[in-house]
Amino acid sequence: MYLLIVLLPAIGSFISGFFGRYLGKQGSMIVTTGSVLFSCIFSFIAFYEVGLAHSPVYIELMSWINSGFLNVNWGFQFDSLTVTMLIVVTVVSTLVHIYSIEYMYHDPHIPRFFSYLSLFTFFMLVLVTSNNFVQLFVGWEGVGVSSYLLINFWFTRIQANKSAMKAMIVNRVGDFALSLGIIGIYYIFKSLDFSTVFALSYLFYQKSFLFFNLEFDVITIIGILLFIGAVGKSAQIGLHTWLPDAMEGPTPVSALIHAATMVTAGVFLLLRSSPLLEYSSMTLFIITVIGSLTAFLAATTGVVQNDLKRVIAYSTCSQLGYMVFACGISCYSVSMFHLMNHAFFKALLFLSAGSVIHALSDEQDMRKMGGLAKVLPFTYTMILIGSLSLMGVPFLTGFYSKDVILELAYSSYHIHGNFAHWLGTISAFFTSFYSFRLIYLTFYGTNNSYRSIVEHAHDAPVIMIIPLSILCIGSIFVGYFTKDMMIGLGTDFWGNSLFTLPKNLILVESEFIPYYIKLIPVIFSIVGALLATLVYKYMSRGTYKFTSSPVGRIIYTHINRKWNFDIIYNEFIVKYILSFGYRISFKLFDRGFIEVIGPTGIVNSVKKVARTLSRVQSGMIYHYTFVFFIGVVLLSLVSSIDITYINPEYYIILVVILILNSIL
Amino acid sequence: MNLISYITLSTSIFIIGIWGIFLNRKNIIIMLMSIELMLLSINLNFIIFSIYLDDIVGQVFSLFILTVAAAESAIGLAILTVLYNVRGTVAVEFINLMKG
Repeated sequence: MYLLIVLLPAIGSFISGFFGRYLGKQGSMIVTTGSVLFSCIFSFIAFYEVGLAHSPVYIELMSWINSGFLNVNWGFQFDSLTVTMLIVVTVVSTLVHIYSIEYMYHDPHIPRFFSYLSLFTFFMLVLVTSNNFVQLFVGWEGVGVSSYLLINFWFTRIQANKSAMKAMIVNRVGDFALSLGIIGIYYIFKSLDFSTVFALSYLFYQKSFLFFNLEFDVITIIGILLFIGAVGKSAQIGLHTWLPDAMEGPTPVSALIHAATMVTAGVFLLLRSSPLLEYSSMTLFIITVIGSLTAFLAATTGVVQNDLKRVIAYSTCSQLGYMVFACGISCYSVSMFHLMNHAFFKALLFLSAGSVIHALSDEQDMRKMGGLAKVLPFTYTMILIGSLSLMGVPFLTGFYSKDVILELAYSSYHIHGNFAHWLGTISAFFTSFYSFRLIYLTFYGTNNSYRSIVEHAHDAPVIMIIPLSILCIGSIFVGYFTKDMMIGLGTDFWGNSLFTLPKNLILVESEFIPYYIKLIPVIFSIVGALLATLVYKYMSRGTYKFTSSPVGRIIYTHINRKWNFDIIYNEFIVKYILSFGYRISFKLFDRGFIEVIGPTGIVNSVKKVARTLSRVQSGMIYHYTFVFFIGVVLLSLVSSIDITYINPEYYIILVVILILNSIL
Repeated sequence: MNLISYITLSTSIFIIGIWGIFLNRKNIIIMLMSIELMLLSINLNFIIFSIYLDDIVGQVFSLFILTVAAAESAIGLAILTVLYNVRGTVAVEFINLMKG
């Protein structure tokens, strides 16, 4: 059963991908959705057995690489962390499969789409269930490939192609660092199994080794390299530019990849490596700072985006920042808790946004929506619940994890905890601001879309209602139900899967921070929501004046262009790398030096020598006689030189070379 | 006998022959004559050394070379006449059709 959890989506993907034309549209839908559904059911059983009944499962399937000290097996490890991820991945994936049945019904490439969706699920499951770093890397790259295929699903659109390439390439920057980190782990620990590496990690506390010929702390370097991998996958600041662009794929794809699964892989890696990261305070510091900066940057950017899906994408980016800095302050269980809650309400938000887009004939610009609450009451309810949950309104799912993260950051003993706390709190304000901006622009106010579109707008059909309802229930109740199990004081749910150094434990401290600090995030959220509603209801003229004033215009365009990250990258990195590729490595080296020294140069010089030499034969008899006599004289001279230790033939060769030289 | 002066004489004739070949740009008959002159100087050389070393082989060789020189100039003159028939001139500077 445990292997079936992983393999069922692969089988579904294989059948739908290779035999989709025999199965037809409905057939491939049933096969893939059914296999993922069964995988989901088995995941729940596994969750009961492993998580609740405390019996981790460890399966060694077969040997993969076996060479000297390097032993890599195909192995699966189901501990509490894995089964929690399994629940998240399979539930969201199943619901997305079901949702896509209706949403993608009129698409001509149904078998391919469902095959890709299941393939993605399969690789995500490989990633979370592996028991060593190499197999984790298989899943890691696999979800990258699948995300490429899915973002590029409408391959006739140039924008989709470009976004898919961007997603793949930006991810590979992180993947490169991750593979370096894995190599570093092998170099230090002589093993790649999680169990071995994590059991040995304390032995390398404050040990140093040579990296780029400089001496560095072992665990810091490995931790930072692993973190850069996570930065790529989890869209943290620096490598976050691919995530908003990846909205070019169909909406269920955005819900699957960019809400619940792929971007959580980076956080999962940090959680999985917790026994390693704990021994380097430097790494934890960097993780906290990067995570909190991401939360802040993405939250502010989300405020002024006009694309419905882009707002949610930036919200994802921001929430991932929360998860990452929760890892940085050593609260791994809280990070995982937020990951799970976030998966539910973010999938709900994305799928509801898909419902809106579906209803409005694929219109994504929020400025062309408005007043849809009466037209799409169900979708409106869903998106409201999702947004309230995202804002951390008390007693909804988001509240239980998000506010705990902020409290923990405040009670951290390190200065970076405080930094993260304040950035996170400000981000909470922006989060609720853009959430209510989205709701206001889409559902309240006056309608700005075409009459013909609104006339045909209809609420979600029944197949889309089912996943939305389930996710809605999850968004309301999951946090409350699982809080004590996951982050309750003294919970033994996690067993050995997460590790925190005793000196970094702050779960108790966070209960005794000042009362007003606990209230601030909630107050900020509510103020943000009210402010957004008021601004967009009564002050639309004021916002227009602000954005058209000289200073406001600069601020607005700066943030609306995503803090100019894309421009900076294109102007200062991509352009130079491309021009290096053409001017230096292609024109100067490949077609330049190597050609001149290599084939073309040799051919040309031999031709030139031959042409010069053949010009010696002028056709004039007296020239021939001259060369002839000179030759005889030289030969006799050379052979008359008597240096016994050197062969006279060498002199002949030397003289010939000298003559040739002077002729040329 | 004064060997040096004899050899100087024959070598001088030889070098005059060489000069005659490659300083001459006009007449191919002069070229043939120069070759004859070179062969004669060699013959002279052989005879000088045959007397000096008191050895008959040098004179035998000189007789052979006389024969060869006669044959050679006969063939050479024959080629020359054919060349004149074909080209209408025997100027050396016009014999330059074969270039490298």
